[in-house]
Amino acid sequence: MTTEYETHDHDVLIIGAGGAGLRAALGALAQGAKVGVVCKSLLGKAHTVMAEGGIAAAMANVDSADDWRTHFRDTMRGGKMLNNWRMAQIHAQEAPERVRELEQWGALFDRTQDGQILQRAFGGHTFRRLCHVGDRTGLEMIRTLQDRGVQLGIDVYMECTITRLLKDGERVAGAFGYWREQGRFVVFRAKSIVMATGGIGKAWKITSNSWEYTGDGMALAYGAGAELMDMEFVQFHPTGMVWPPGVQGILVTEAVRGEGGILRNKLGERFMEKYDPKKMELSTRDVVARAIYTEVREGRGTEHGGAYLDISQKPADYVKKKLPSMYHQFKELADVDITKGPMEVGPTCHYMMGGIRVEAETAKSTVAGLFAAGEAAAGLHGANRLGGNSLSDLLVFGRRAGSAAAEHANKISSTALDSAQIEDAAREMLAPFERKDGESPYTIHHDLQETLQNLVGIFRTKEDLIRALEELEKLKQRSGRLSVEGSRLFNPGWHLAQDLKAMLTVSEAVTRSALAREESRGAHSRIDHPGLDSIWGTKNNVIVREGSNMTLRQSPVPELPGDLKPLVAEEK
Amino acid sequence: MAEAIFEVFRGDRAGGKPATYRVPIAPGMVVLDALHHIQAHQAPDLAVRWNCKAGKCGSCSAEVNGRPRLTCKTRMDALPLDKPITVEPMKAFPVIKDLVTDVSWNYRVNQKIPPFEPRPGTEWKMYQEDVDRVQEFRKCIECFLCQNVCHVLREHEQMERFGGPRFFVRVAALEMHPLDSRSRTRILKDELDIGLCNITKCCTEVCPEEIHITDNAIIPLKERVVDEFYDPVLMLVRKIRGAE
Repeated sequence: MTTEYETHDHDVLIIGAGGAGLRAALGALAQGAKVGVVCKSLLGKAHTVMAEGGIAAAMANVDSADDWRTHFRDTMRGGKMLNNWRMAQIHAQEAPERVRELEQWGALFDRTQDGQILQRAFGGHTFRRLCHVGDRTGLEMIRTLQDRGVQLGIDVYMECTITRLLKDGERVAGAFGYWREQGRFVVFRAKSIVMATGGIGKAWKITSNSWEYTGDGMALAYGAGAELMDMEFVQFHPTGMVWPPGVQGILVTEAVRGEGGILRNKLGERFMEKYDPKKMELSTRDVVARAIYTEVREGRGTEHGGAYLDISQKPADYVKKKLPSMYHQFKELADVDITKGPMEVGPTCHYMMGGIRVEAETAKSTVAGLFAAGEAAAGLHGANRLGGNSLSDLLVFGRRAGSAAAEHANKISSTALDSAQIEDAAREMLAPFERKDGESPYTIHHDLQETLQNLVGIFRTKEDLIRALEELEKLKQRSGRLSVEGSRLFNPGWHLAQDLKAMLTVSEAVTRSALAREESRGAHSRIDHPGLDSIWGTKNNVIVREGSNMTLRQSPVPELPGDLKPLVAEEK
Repeated sequence: MAEAIFEVFRGDRAGGKPATYRVPIAPGMVVLDALHHIQAHQAPDLAVRWNCKAGKCGSCSAEVNGRPRLTCKTRMDALPLDKPITVEPMKAFPVIKDLVTDVSWNYRVNQKIPPFEPRPGTEWKMYQEDVDRVQEFRKCIECFLCQNVCHVLREHEQMERFGGPRFFVRVAALEMHPLDSRSRTRILKDELDIGLCNITKCCTEVCPEEIHITDNAIIPLKERVVDEFYDPVLMLVRKIRGAE
């Protein structure tokens, strides 16, 4: 078989066009690289667009006592000290400059009285720190980056999905994919590749994530031999919509609590008093999610199995001004006027703290030429991410990844493409058309979502996780036999069949890591191991491929240098 | 369980016709949920664009019972169920397949617009009252429903000459940015041909973000073009000074 495909050449190929991918593109462009960006959706539709609450950066515009050290401390403590300290330090130090840069490229943040960027309170942040635009900060960010990227001359390949990384010996040489529209194949030759593909939330049933979130980047990197780290740490955002069923899982921004929203159970009790009397509603997400889940499980949930979140004590105009999209979302989708009464909320799968293991300074993975940034990468957030630290992560490490990828491309000679790898990738893509009467990819996806929702959720046990591994093995077998109908022209069933492979690989990595970690830390809660374990506190779980086997080992958490230790010490 | 009957356009560039599907209704269901149900159970190759399912990304635009809508925000309980619900692709853009249209023209228009350019030596201070009106324009989620209903594009197909409401909103956001230093009036006049708009406000009516496209963006921009190019006093002044 000789496969037909088109070929494009770039110094740096970026996979994913959310905040991290676009900021990486700008970082690589600044080094003079020829940059291509591939994205599964249209430009400007990536998940960043849904980020609501803000960008965490210690600019000290509102609380003058804030500085990078406090942001560093909050991030490390929020991540239960499993973070890569150097990433947390770089992040806290560079975030303010990355925000100012956005403003200089045309972003318009909400303002303080004296004309500076306004900052709001958020869970786990000591000071008011989140630079924001109402509750649509992500949209502002992605438009700003997108307009700048297009103006400066990046090539964007929209509605194009990568299914395999191509290698030249031990280094990456390019990527194989398909155009979603026509179903034709495409090959990119590149000296460096940046993974900015986001997370894996679509593997769970109740999720705030879109169809794009199928773990592609993590699975591609794993397939190419890169290490994945901290995969057991999946963030369940405490507040997703729970009613009506059609909207279950849709995000309710933490900004509601940041602006003063109060959580109550059906008895009217402000239950956060029991779980974190000091921080209350603005405790970290892992704590609030578990609190809501526990209230419901113990019979104090609302009619539809959630908690009440109430902001109606604030003036209606204020709520509409600061939370406009929440106001419309509840009014239009749930017939609830949030200026008059409470919302019903419950946990929803939201974010992956783990991902591709990278070096702090350069965002390079363990495979030569492969870089990763944003949600696809691991390390910054440790066992739990603070709200607002994601958008700043995208900017800080997107820039670093793009810049390092361009430097790498500058240093090496051009890479060679191996036609055998391309033929194999094409064969794999076409196989579902050749099988007849197999299962539908939608059925398998549905069963995968049920499995992870029920067995690898907020609270985990050894028995559930072992069962999940068995179920995943069966799903893998089934997905090897599925078939798709129709033609290659814009065929979502066929597209899902490809995405499923990535979801199954990453789900297995999550489950194996969760089974190994016999303690409860951050977003990972084991009913059979309820407390923190100091030994586990020194280890990151690392997943790597050996032949066709997924193997897991532990790697020591990098030790804090002496001068940073006092910053994270317990409060008196 | 209650059921709804859908007639969904199936076809491609070569043509097509509606296909009928029966879908069970759940409380709070939106049209996009129904389309997903059809994909999962009846037509796995039904082409639909979507992302956030929360009205924030602007991907799932279509015409539901002839009305341009975001399907993720169109509730089933707001539609009459005694007759089939029709779902068709946006009419102003060429069909690729089923409900997916070729919107790439919009991205080309966008490239014509000169970007934000701050004044040299700008002090980065802005006040909320000065950014309020620009923030309205920056709410745009690029669903292209305004482009879809604009009769200059939809009926008269002036894609080569005309920018369309979405891009007047974008130009307005730049022109009214408190720290921007560029003028885009010549481009509005010559390349985006804002004069073709005769203010029927169809765009404003369909905007899911409730941006006052006509009143707050297009009319002020038209005034700027008129002031700059058609003001008789200014024309005379220019003539005397020998400029232009």
